[in-house]
Amino acid sequence: MTVLNSKIPKGPLAEKWSEHKAKINVVSPANKRKLDVIVVGTGLAGASAAASLAELGYNVKAFCYQDSPRRAHSIAAQGGINASKNYQNDNDSVYRLFYDTIKGGDYRAREGNVYRLAEVSGSIIDQCVAQGVPFGREYGGLLANRSFGGVLVSRTFYARGQTGQQLLIGAYGALNRQISTGKVELFSRHEMLDIVKIDGKARGIVARDMVSGEVKKYGAHAVVIATGGYGNVFFLSTNAMGCNGGAAWQSYKRGAYMSNPCFVQIHPTCIPVHGDQQSKLTLMSESLRNDGRIWVPKKKEDAEKLQKGEIGPNDIAEEDRDFYLERRYPSYGNLVPRDVASRAAKERCDAGFGVNNTGLAVYLDFKYSIERLGKDVIEARYGNLFQMYEKITDVNPYGEPMQIYPAIHYTMGGTWVDYNLMTTIPGLYSIGEANFSDHGGNRLGASALMQGLADGYFVLPYTIGDYLANEIQTPKIDTNAPEFEEVAKDVKNRLDTLMAIKGTKPVDYFHKKLGKVMWDYVGMSRNAKGLQKAIELIAEIKTEFWADVRVPGEQNELNQELEKAGRVADFIDMADLMARDALARNESCGGHYREESVTEEGEAMRNDEIGCYASAWEFKGEKEEPHMHKEELKFETVELTQRSYK
Amino acid sequence: MIEKILNEITLKVWRQKNATAKGAFETYTVKNISTDTSFMEMLDILNYQLVEEGKDPIAFDHDCREGICGTCSLFINGRAHGPDNDITTCQLHMRKFKDGETITIEPWRGTAFPVTKDLIVDRNAFEKILYAGGFVSVNTGGVPDGNAIPIGYDESESAMDAAACIGCGACVATCKNSSAMLFVSAKVSHLARLPQGKVEAVKRAKSMVAKMDELGFGGCSNTGACEIECPKGISIASIAKLNREYLTAKFME
Repeated sequence: MTVLNSKIPKGPLAEKWSEHKAKINVVSPANKRKLDVIVVGTGLAGASAAASLAELGYNVKAFCYQDSPRRAHSIAAQGGINASKNYQNDNDSVYRLFYDTIKGGDYRAREGNVYRLAEVSGSIIDQCVAQGVPFGREYGGLLANRSFGGVLVSRTFYARGQTGQQLLIGAYGALNRQISTGKVELFSRHEMLDIVKIDGKARGIVARDMVSGEVKKYGAHAVVIATGGYGNVFFLSTNAMGCNGGAAWQSYKRGAYMSNPCFVQIHPTCIPVHGDQQSKLTLMSESLRNDGRIWVPKKKEDAEKLQKGEIGPNDIAEEDRDFYLERRYPSYGNLVPRDVASRAAKERCDAGFGVNNTGLAVYLDFKYSIERLGKDVIEARYGNLFQMYEKITDVNPYGEPMQIYPAIHYTMGGTWVDYNLMTTIPGLYSIGEANFSDHGGNRLGASALMQGLADGYFVLPYTIGDYLANEIQTPKIDTNAPEFEEVAKDVKNRLDTLMAIKGTKPVDYFHKKLGKVMWDYVGMSRNAKGLQKAIELIAEIKTEFWADVRVPGEQNELNQELEKAGRVADFIDMADLMARDALARNESCGGHYREESVTEEGEAMRNDEIGCYASAWEFKGEKEEPHMHKEELKFETVELTQRSYK
Repeated sequence: MIEKILNEITLKVWRQKNATAKGAFETYTVKNISTDTSFMEMLDILNYQLVEEGKDPIAFDHDCREGICGTCSLFINGRAHGPDNDITTCQLHMRKFKDGETITIEPWRGTAFPVTKDLIVDRNAFEKILYAGGFVSVNTGGVPDGNAIPIGYDESESAMDAAACIGCGACVATCKNSSAMLFVSAKVSHLARLPQGKVEAVKRAKSMVAKMDELGFGGCSNTGACEIECPKGISIASIAKLNREYLTAKFME
């Protein structure tokens, strides 16, 4: 028997959320004033949740490691946000957005959650417009849309190539408004290092003030984790340098289950790696696939000459170009979902047709759309992305195709949550990228922003009331309680230990080493033997890290190496769980490609007989192996078919 | 991408243990740097070296490393965000420097931005200005349909131009008076140009300007330096828009 209760409401799919909202508890305004909520993370999910909860009357404490909430990595999202408004009259609907998301996720997400996401998507756009988000518009003054991968309608709203920043400024504005009224207390440059439970319920956190180094305790009636994903396990990713899985990982160690950690999104259009001095990878928005055509040379000798720099891409004749996505997937062409596009690029490069001096790149060419639409139109659509590309690579993409290659971008896996977004620790919630709930094995483009804001504006503010309604008699949480003292002691001990190792190697040495193991064995293509090997190598890295890392400076000061050391220690543990999860899932689905489970044509082959579940890993102790629970995924509405984008 | 190797670069870096300590320049050398390496990756290499040598690495602010979060700062050879236009420091690449060059790296200067450590400054003053009204006063829910109020293409685009501000502080660091007028005007004009933000435009301009003055930012003398160093190309036309809203507020008093 499983210990997991997803709490998906019974009844027809389209009525689940309304029914649920009608039945759950509500807290009176007078009682909301007595209740405290901690929100960790201030990206789209965290900022929207913190602001909305404060507007309702709760007392909110918001935490971020950045110097300002506005800098959370949601800000870097470029292309757009989906909503089923059907403003384009192209037969879009809540059901179609739901279906595209379930299918895009390769049938590994819950129907109930995904339908709710589609249902509230329209309200998000209304909310953002009301906040002054300058979405792109048509000349008639109405909102404009663009297409994204994996769908056949235009439902993506955008603000040039900086949709994430504009949406975050909207949520950050709402947050600032609540800070100015005193309903939100903000703790910037504070990093959550552990969670505190009293009588089994989440009652607060322990955080380090990153300027003074002081370890501090904060209490609340409920805690919300909105700290994003763990893509930086791979060292090189499109995540910001500070993005980390620490809050989610500490929650896991205190009893919150981790779900589907092996589901990692590899984004097809990133600027390729240039050498071993590189610190991060830069994404080129998926929206570029609307107007760019992806190709490699048809002839291997051309690819070799390109790799040696003897010829340039414009020297390849039209008939010698292989538009491999259009060739393999004629109905979706360059707009296949991300996992499919990434694997197709890898296949061509592995076969020797890659370009760049590394042979690990393909072309994304705008020549054709410039001929069709004119340079001005392309510049208006993607100008800032083209500028960014040129600054990084010194190549002008108006004259020469961009070079792109897949890179780690997003983590679909995360903390297991029920329909209320509550983890297996009562009173601990997880929202946005930090949870696992909506994207299954692969996230569609422009859906991360949608999910973050759906959770923060329109789901959590309702569902948290159901829990807090039973907490109105609970007095302010006393942070001098022994449970707080104990956790604070654990945190200090760990910091002391990291400082005391005084080994020979900087933190980055271990992080890079870990990243390479993960990319090689737990990356775009996985097999049982490689995953077992990864588990061994990760264990070796862990031993070496705790024996030989060097953290300079002091604890009681701003110490960026100490911050990194703690995060990398968590990444090493998390990497182990990712490999175990990937090993246990003996099928290909979404971004998880197991070489043992492919069709004769080499396409990923899902296996619903063994794979129709969400894993939920339980921490059993430092020396014990984790235990996997399975939440069976039940599909009442959609029929499971092999995904085809041909 | 034509990669070259810079054999040796000398760096003069501002070091300061904390907000109250006295700072000073220290000199370092880095070797074998690819021209495709970003400026921050070059600093990573230096820091790796320093840790290996048992020394304290240089603290500097950075996060997204793709020019949008506004975390990175750095005054490089006397220019905010270094010797290139329309970029943040994290987008600056070593191809902009010559082999054997000496590069001077300082934190943002300005009384409203005190140094926290080494090259990191405290930009909390920007937050406080925004608390004074840098938002539209709407709660979650109960808002009209997104298409209920048409907004002209040009108005929407010019609001977007101003909304592109990333709050990095280069404008303040560049201004000889350490004025925050470009930052404040960007927010005021972003919102004032949209019907949703226009409702509170006058009040917003007044209270944000008052807060800016209170926090010790200097006045604007229209030299236009901020506009040149702004990584997002925010135009000083925003300042004219701010002045219009501000004068309306004064007129109504």
